[in-house]
Amino acid sequence: MSIDTALKKTPLYNKHLEAGARMVPFAGWSMPVQYTGIIEEHLHTRSRASLFDICHMSEFFVKGPSAEKDVDALVTCCIDGLGVGKCRYGFLLNNDGVIIDDMIVFKITPEEFMIVGNSGTRKKDSEWIRTHLSQGSDLFDDSNNIAKIDLQGPRSMEVMRFLAGDPVIRGLGRFSFARTRLTGINTMVSRTGYTGENGYEIFLPAAEAGKLWDVLTRGDSVKPAGLGARDSLRLEIGYSLYGHDIDDTHTPAEAGLMRFVHLEKEFIGRERLLKQLRKGIKSVLTGFICSGRRSAREHYRVTSRGREVGVVTSGAFSPCLKRGIGLCYVDKDAAGEGKDVVLINEKIEINAKLKTPPFLKTGN
Amino acid sequence: MVPEELKYTKEHEWVKIDGETALIGITDHAQSELGDITFIELPVQAKQVKRGESVATVESVKAASDVYSPISGEIVEVNGLLEDAPETINLSPYENGWIFQIKISDGGEVETMMDAAAYEEYLGTL
Repeated sequence: MSIDTALKKTPLYNKHLEAGARMVPFAGWSMPVQYTGIIEEHLHTRSRASLFDICHMSEFFVKGPSAEKDVDALVTCCIDGLGVGKCRYGFLLNNDGVIIDDMIVFKITPEEFMIVGNSGTRKKDSEWIRTHLSQGSDLFDDSNNIAKIDLQGPRSMEVMRFLAGDPVIRGLGRFSFARTRLTGINTMVSRTGYTGENGYEIFLPAAEAGKLWDVLTRGDSVKPAGLGARDSLRLEIGYSLYGHDIDDTHTPAEAGLMRFVHLEKEFIGRERLLKQLRKGIKSVLTGFICSGRRSAREHYRVTSRGREVGVVTSGAFSPCLKRGIGLCYVDKDAAGEGKDVVLINEKIEINAKLKTPPFLKTGN
Repeated sequence: MVPEELKYTKEHEWVKIDGETALIGITDHAQSELGDITFIELPVQAKQVKRGESVATVESVKAASDVYSPISGEIVEVNGLLEDAPETINLSPYENGWIFQIKISDGGEVETMMDAAAYEEYLGTL
């Protein structure tokens, strides 16, 4: 028996090498962390537009007469009443109410849904979903055949208007999606993203990914950006990253993400979540902004008047604010807007204030 | 290309000897590996340091890295410009991005450092 430990390559792998990207292992994939520099790519996304290779993420399809009912019972967001061509952000919870994964659910038809989840959670997501579907629907994991390219930034709207003749795509509202042909390629374009900017997530056949990538990066306004910029961009908005800020040891209530949980319906994990809400949560996810350029990083401890009150789950230098920012879990009684904390590890102490994200107001 | 006139360490610091003092920074290879530098904790002025002692911390978007003094002596000056503009190290690692100046206490230590050719050869082995 041989165990294949080689990193997986996205269909855009060679494009990254040609562009001089620095490749790093990420959730079993070889992914570009940066091309020219993380800060430059970050600022380019905020001022113009960037292209991200997100092919590593998972695309699941639930199909069948009871697809709508089955998906609605699995995810925390409300699917009943969601229009065709609309999508919603939500969570897959287990029976303990903790987060298996976060995802966007796309209603293609009442009998066909696409669920886009993280890459590191692909196996447990698909096993969990498959186990909990009724006889009336089936799960298809099409992640290997589908490429995902994110076009994000204020210029992305005009880029898309230039590429797409289809008036539906030109007028696409937030959390809406549609199938369309872009430069002769069959795609599904969604007005969603992870940067806080206006933009799109484009789904297309893996074999065509390189062609669309080339067309989109041809001009000066769109440049490729790596996972490094993606991380600092999402952090400035306060979006959670699975495996760091949210995971299967925390509920959406602790993560402060109850706005993506529709308690008025039945879903797996609801009972435990309600019980937790009745009893009161002990710790809560919040943001922090450092007093200077130095940022705390993951696993730094959060202290208040010498007492340990929490832990940092994400931290980075904010290229727009030129300060350290991040997310942390803190004890409920220590939380509060503007509270002074000291973030520490073995050697370093950083003064910071707790702040509810977003840290930055953007065009979105 | 690494500048001819400097001395180098395996930890990717460069040293520019000027009489009894030396100017110290990190090499182009080091700044490139670190990526965009976002913060530097500068050495403490007037402090006596030993060779190999961690005297500064450079943080980038990706990692935090210690800067070791390649020479024993007294820190006589630090580059205050870097406090507000640490990216200067990325832009000009061998000139404007110098980190500190030290008064050399043991000239013999300088002799054991790599010259430009040896450092380039060392980079080739990494």
